[in-house]
Amino acid sequence: MKPRHKKMAVIALSVSALAVSVVLVLNAFQSNLVFFFTPSQVVAKEAPIGKSFRVGGLVEEGSLRRDGDGTTMKFAITDTAEVIQVAYTGILPDLFKEGKGVVAQGKIADDGIFYADEVLAKHDENYMPPEAAEALERAAKAQKTSFKQ
Amino acid sequence: MKWESLSDFFAMGGYGLYVWGSYLVAMACIIGEVVLIRSRKRTLYKHFGQKKRSILRGEK
Amino acid sequence: MTINWFKYASPASFYFLAGRMIPYFTALAIILLVAGLYVGFFVAPTDFQQGEAYRIIFIHVPAAWMSMFLYTVMAFWAGVGLAFNTRLSSMVASAIAPTGAMFAFLALWTGAWWGKPMWGTWWVWDARLTSELILFFLYIGFMSLQAAIDDPKRADKAGAIIALVGVVNVPIIYFSVQWWNTLHQGASVSMIQSPKMATAMLSGMLIMTLAAWMYSIVVILIRTRLIILERERHTAWVSELREGVLE
Repeated sequence: MKPRHKKMAVIALSVSALAVSVVLVLNAFQSNLVFFFTPSQVVAKEAPIGKSFRVGGLVEEGSLRRDGDGTTMKFAITDTAEVIQVAYTGILPDLFKEGKGVVAQGKIADDGIFYADEVLAKHDENYMPPEAAEALERAAKAQKTSFKQ
Repeated sequence: MKWESLSDFFAMGGYGLYVWGSYLVAMACIIGEVVLIRSRKRTLYKHFGQKKRSILRGEK
Repeated sequence: MTINWFKYASPASFYFLAGRMIPYFTALAIILLVAGLYVGFFVAPTDFQQGEAYRIIFIHVPAAWMSMFLYTVMAFWAGVGLAFNTRLSSMVASAIAPTGAMFAFLALWTGAWWGKPMWGTWWVWDARLTSELILFFLYIGFMSLQAAIDDPKRADKAGAIIALVGVVNVPIIYFSVQWWNTLHQGASVSMIQSPKMATAMLSGMLIMTLAAWMYSIVVILIRTRLIILERERHTAWVSELREGVLE
């Protein structure tokens, strides 16, 4: 490659890199700043009903069950105020668990169920060994029972 | 020792691919950066026509 | 030992000072890296929810921190160079960019390889991931712009403008997980709260961060010295150095 061509290529590269980053900025700030809606927002019709969108919250304890065909999973996403029923066919991520964070993408059908085509796990920022997590849980339970007394 | 065997260590509780996929690329990045710097140094020294490379170190 | 150029040319004095400091920082980087990896793989326990996969944190977080920190330092020196026309500060800014870009790339790469097993996806366009990707593009933009302009002074000025405009992105990355809904979790370590990590895990991460600092210092010092030689090759002190007069 001649030096002049090389320079042109470099300029083209830098211009396109900048263009790509500008497009990314706009894309990110327009549509993805609200990465997901909470169940309360969905119930309050703040989410784009009729279009595909994401719902985020916790998987409600005891809500997970398999449908008759064995591949469709049904569970509920809650933000402790409102609850959205979700149906999903596919592989769940390793961290998907009742009581843990989840973000599902899909649409609400006329039957009021959110049909997800992608389910992602959202974990929290705590890192500790399992023994410490168990101890914390025991302590939380102990506190609850002492409040009752 | 928290790992029972070498294969246990490489398996990373089933996440070996992801853990080592991250660490190997990190290592490659560091090696790559060092190689790039060395080649830049060699080009410069060649340009300078330096026979004794230690002269440019200028540590004294 | 009275050398007259020593007083006037700060790149020259930096050149020799950096040359003396590099071996010490190299030794520190290696020691800290070995210690950090040891703590990360042999002392830090398994995580209660992520199992062993969380061990990616020992590169992911230091790389992400360094990418943001180095960008800020680069923008600072580029800005100083622009404002006061000091040669050395612009050279330092140019020397930082490749290492910063490398760390931004590593943060994105290790994030993808962590996200796939834990979240269930390599990539999402949430505010945290997108703003970090923008940081990577800012580094690339800075470097290619500087490479495209032959005159070093004009290259420094153009680069400084990108660097300074892009610096608004750094707080956006940092606070993105608080300001907006993201798939990425919040900060485990912050100034205002006690860390949300077990001590051994936290110390592994902090030692690896120190190692990344030392590594960055070494590479940036070496690169700055090369840039000094490249740009000051017509000056008297570099000719003296080349002829071995200074030895």
